[in-house]
Amino acid sequence: MFSFPKLGIKRDVLNFFLVGVGGQGTILASNVLAELGLKLGYDVKKAEIHGMSQRGGSVISHVRWGEQVFSPIIAKGEADFLIAFEKLEGLRFLDQIRPDGVFLVNDYQIVPVTVSSGNAIYPSDQDIRESTHEITSNNYWVDCRSIAEELGNVKVANVVLLGALCGLMEAELETWFPIIASKVPQKSVEINRLAFQRGVDAI
Amino acid sequence: MRRLLSGNEAVARGAWEAGCSVASGYPGTPSTEIMETFALYPNVYAEWAPNEKVGLDAAIGAAYAGKRSLCTMKHVGLNVAADAFFYVAMTGIEAGLVIVSADDPSMHSSQNEQDNRQFAKFARIPCLDPADSQEARDFTIAAYDLSEQFDTPVLLRMTTRVCHTSTAVEVFEQQATVPDQKKYPRNPLKYVMIPANARRRHPVIEARIADISEFAETFIHNRVEYRGKDLGIITGGVAYQYAREVFPDASILKLGMVYPLPKKMITEFAKNVKNLIVLEELDPFIEDQVRAMGVKLYQPAGKAEQSYPLTKSIFPIFGELNPAIVRQFANEAGLYAAEIDFETAPISLELPARPPSLCPGCPHRSSFYVLSKLKIPVNGDIGCYTLGVAPPLSAIDTCGCMGASIGVAHGAAIAGDPERHVAVVGDSTFFHSGIPALINVAYNQSNVITIIMDNRVTGMTGHQENPGTGKTLQNEATISLDIEQLVKACGIEKVLTVEAFEVDLIEKTLRTWMKEEGPAVMITREPCALLPEQRKRYIPLEVTDQCNGCTVCFRIGCPAISKSEILDPKYNRPLAIINASLCTGCEICAQVCPRDAILFKSQVLAKSN
Repeated sequence: MFSFPKLGIKRDVLNFFLVGVGGQGTILASNVLAELGLKLGYDVKKAEIHGMSQRGGSVISHVRWGEQVFSPIIAKGEADFLIAFEKLEGLRFLDQIRPDGVFLVNDYQIVPVTVSSGNAIYPSDQDIRESTHEITSNNYWVDCRSIAEELGNVKVANVVLLGALCGLMEAELETWFPIIASKVPQKSVEINRLAFQRGVDAI
Repeated sequence: MRRLLSGNEAVARGAWEAGCSVASGYPGTPSTEIMETFALYPNVYAEWAPNEKVGLDAAIGAAYAGKRSLCTMKHVGLNVAADAFFYVAMTGIEAGLVIVSADDPSMHSSQNEQDNRQFAKFARIPCLDPADSQEARDFTIAAYDLSEQFDTPVLLRMTTRVCHTSTAVEVFEQQATVPDQKKYPRNPLKYVMIPANARRRHPVIEARIADISEFAETFIHNRVEYRGKDLGIITGGVAYQYAREVFPDASILKLGMVYPLPKKMITEFAKNVKNLIVLEELDPFIEDQVRAMGVKLYQPAGKAEQSYPLTKSIFPIFGELNPAIVRQFANEAGLYAAEIDFETAPISLELPARPPSLCPGCPHRSSFYVLSKLKIPVNGDIGCYTLGVAPPLSAIDTCGCMGASIGVAHGAAIAGDPERHVAVVGDSTFFHSGIPALINVAYNQSNVITIIMDNRVTGMTGHQENPGTGKTLQNEATISLDIEQLVKACGIEKVLTVEAFEVDLIEKTLRTWMKEEGPAVMITREPCALLPEQRKRYIPLEVTDQCNGCTVCFRIGCPAISKSEILDPKYNRPLAIINASLCTGCEICAQVCPRDAILFKSQVLAKSN
């Protein structure tokens, strides 16, 4: 049984729904979560769709932890954590989240080609906030991109967001971080550690 | 030892553990990682073949030669390999042969969602259908034993959700002994399918499938899980997971082998449950077989019975399932009473779509820009360049399957279509099945202009080596096929190789060729912008104050260039802006800009010095 009293979560199976845009490190983050679940002794399923992701499309990943997990896919309205690496993608998949599930978003926008070509409008922050508040009061916005820029490598923004998730779940950095360290190049372990810590602190 | 493996990695693992030592296949989502993973194991030979049929012949040849072998492909690849698939079903093998078909329900990256379990029934061979990575590993090993026990190839049918879901797998740390090389069989009665021999083989394979059906009754991966007796579910593949998720109290007959079925097991199960349903993705494949056994399935009250030719009941025949869909349709059939809210929370905002598009720096973009400008019919093909269909380029008019571009363009030409047709095909797709079609164009001298977009790699599936790249799957140096020489050898006299970013040359050449008679081939050559060597060369371009918002550069459909918030004072139009974190410096925008308002790389560098 998973219990996060501060977040109002009590579940037999914990559902993480990750969304982002190709190239943001969404897949790496979901790999970390899946291996973490296995390390913690749970049955784990991690489902994602490859194929079009490198060409600027949405990237989706489902990660589930539990004593026994069956479906690889999280049903609509059953995600405990919606972890969005980009705001529009977070908004697009808002219906995945449980009422009062956690919406954790990187406060960063990547303009899709439909917007840059002038055929559509990117929603305003106010619209995004209002929509998310209709679904849940557990909203967490972290400016991962700026933190990563401060640290000198925009690529670690995904690890900042993972750090924020770790902070929300009140988990131990020393349980989580070794898995991240094993998945990044040796020379960038230290900057990833800083990024992760900054994410934890952001909550 | 327990490891987290994707279904694809688990198939590779199972094949290796089973002592498979030869593998051939062609990349295709969602199957590609099986071969990529297998190639890394010790004591194995693994290769990319030019197409699935060639790959399957190779795997068959290895199995005839006494080595356990593997052939992998996506579902539509089995259409290409079907000729080989059917003869090997007739001949059988000397050592185990497993053919993997990775089906794509919901068509995440495919042109159709054909259900390849049907192929097993068509060819009279057994089909295994795993539900997670552990089963993917276990079933692969079981498939080799089954293959040798019954002298038959085995179809291992995967689906996207199983291929690309990672679950914990118990693995064995050792490879089974690979047998020593045996003397090659001299057994023409079995292996030479002339009509006289084939007539003798047909009854053999019919008897074989009956024997396997009997074997299925005790096959360990077919099992009954009795829980409550009110509802019984017959299921296989990933649908099993949804059955367990949605109906925790139901009894389940889990079929690891979905063809042929264990008739006694099914009839026995039917007797022991009150209401019996079949839960499966796509075709009513199990359902039709169960009905053909005379077993009665649950009929929802007040609903018309499903009838020929639409025989699937309760669950949809389209798309992949998920727990929400299963609940919804089970609820409509009166099988799921719990209160559910099918109306998911609506988002009142209209959200901009994020369709995939040609990457910034994609070498295919220049040709599509020119084709879009020339407004001529373009017959497209399967690969990244199919994205040339998207606006604003909107430069593809047909696309059906691998290699179809050239043949379909030829068809228009011989039908007397007054417009000149251009066929567009990538390097790997040209090697796959474009070559015979180009020979047809040359042989029958049709007015087809073919553009071979040679980006030096198999792009869409994630950068696999191919006969043009100079490397094999196992990273050995090899030949690099010379496309221009090959095209000439096919009998095409008018051939030109250009650098893919030469927009003016491409336009000028096409305009000239359109006025001339006879076949012509242009090879546009430039490595994919995502290759590591290319990434090192990125130099983002800049827009100068010469820009007046004329919009020509927006027509190339590059994600790196967009309308800024600054308006031109004279025309009140948004000026162009280049996103430096996306721009690679391919210079297509700089070439098409009528006001020279975009700096070329040399100008950017000169400026920064």
